[in-house]
Amino acid sequence: MIGVVQFPGSCDERDALAAVQRVGEGRLVWHEETDLSGLDGVVIPGGFSYGDYLRAGAIARFSPAMEAVDRFAAEGGPVLGICNGFQVLCEAGLLPGALLPNVGLRFLCRQVELVAEDFEGSFGSAIESGDRLSIPVKHMSGRYFAPDDQLDALEAGGRIAFRYAAGENPNGSVRDIAGVVNEAGNVLGLMPHPEHAVDPLTGSDDGLSLFRALATQAAPA
Amino acid sequence: MKAKVLIRPKDGILDPQGKAVERALPALGFEGVHDVRVGRLVELETDDPSKLDDLCEKLLANPLIEDFEVELEQ
Repeated sequence: MIGVVQFPGSCDERDALAAVQRVGEGRLVWHEETDLSGLDGVVIPGGFSYGDYLRAGAIARFSPAMEAVDRFAAEGGPVLGICNGFQVLCEAGLLPGALLPNVGLRFLCRQVELVAEDFEGSFGSAIESGDRLSIPVKHMSGRYFAPDDQLDALEAGGRIAFRYAAGENPNGSVRDIAGVVNEAGNVLGLMPHPEHAVDPLTGSDDGLSLFRALATQAAPA
Repeated sequence: MKAKVLIRPKDGILDPQGKAVERALPALGFEGVHDVRVGRLVELETDDPSKLDDLCEKLLANPLIEDFEVELEQ
């Protein structure tokens, strides 16, 4: 059973749930829930949690559900953060770096090409390095940033999960980074929206591989 | 006690908002304005000013990308 966290201001939780249900079972997790027992994985979906006041993701990290997600992740449970979910995970310190306003200062909504890196952990072993995925982005603050020394360490440690393909970087992300994992490799965050790429009818089903990777991971003990 | 917290993008971090403001100024006849950086100001009242730095680091600012200054009003 995969839980999809729903904050006030989330807007992609139902698409994320629908994506989860193509590969397994899922349910929504309201932001006030603190008991994640029975869940094998968690999705932090896109949207504008708590209005994105102050900074995107800054308030959501203090929600009761995020405290539970923090414990879930520490026990090795797989967590997938998408767009606002990625911002929340960075603000919560579960993932390195921060997401800044797009370099062009415009809201972006378009299909992009991603290239999967050879990266650590349970997601990394489920996703083939070099795979190209066609997945949409839609965000205002998607410019990934971390200091150079931290980026060097992330690259050396196999922590970069996805990069925008050459010439496809839509938002000015440093080193074309679109997604990263935590040190243990069980928490993955990315700006593009795999839940909007799960059916060829809408242009691509390349996003399904991430939900399959999530669904096939074992439950934490 | 009243306090003002000034939050600004760290040096070296590209601030596209500041750049956009800077580019708009000559069109209005304001020449010679450079290095515009846009931050934000948080005003608050607190019973315990000793906790302000901690509060800024944990919520009001993201220390990875922003610097902050606390100004207490006497």
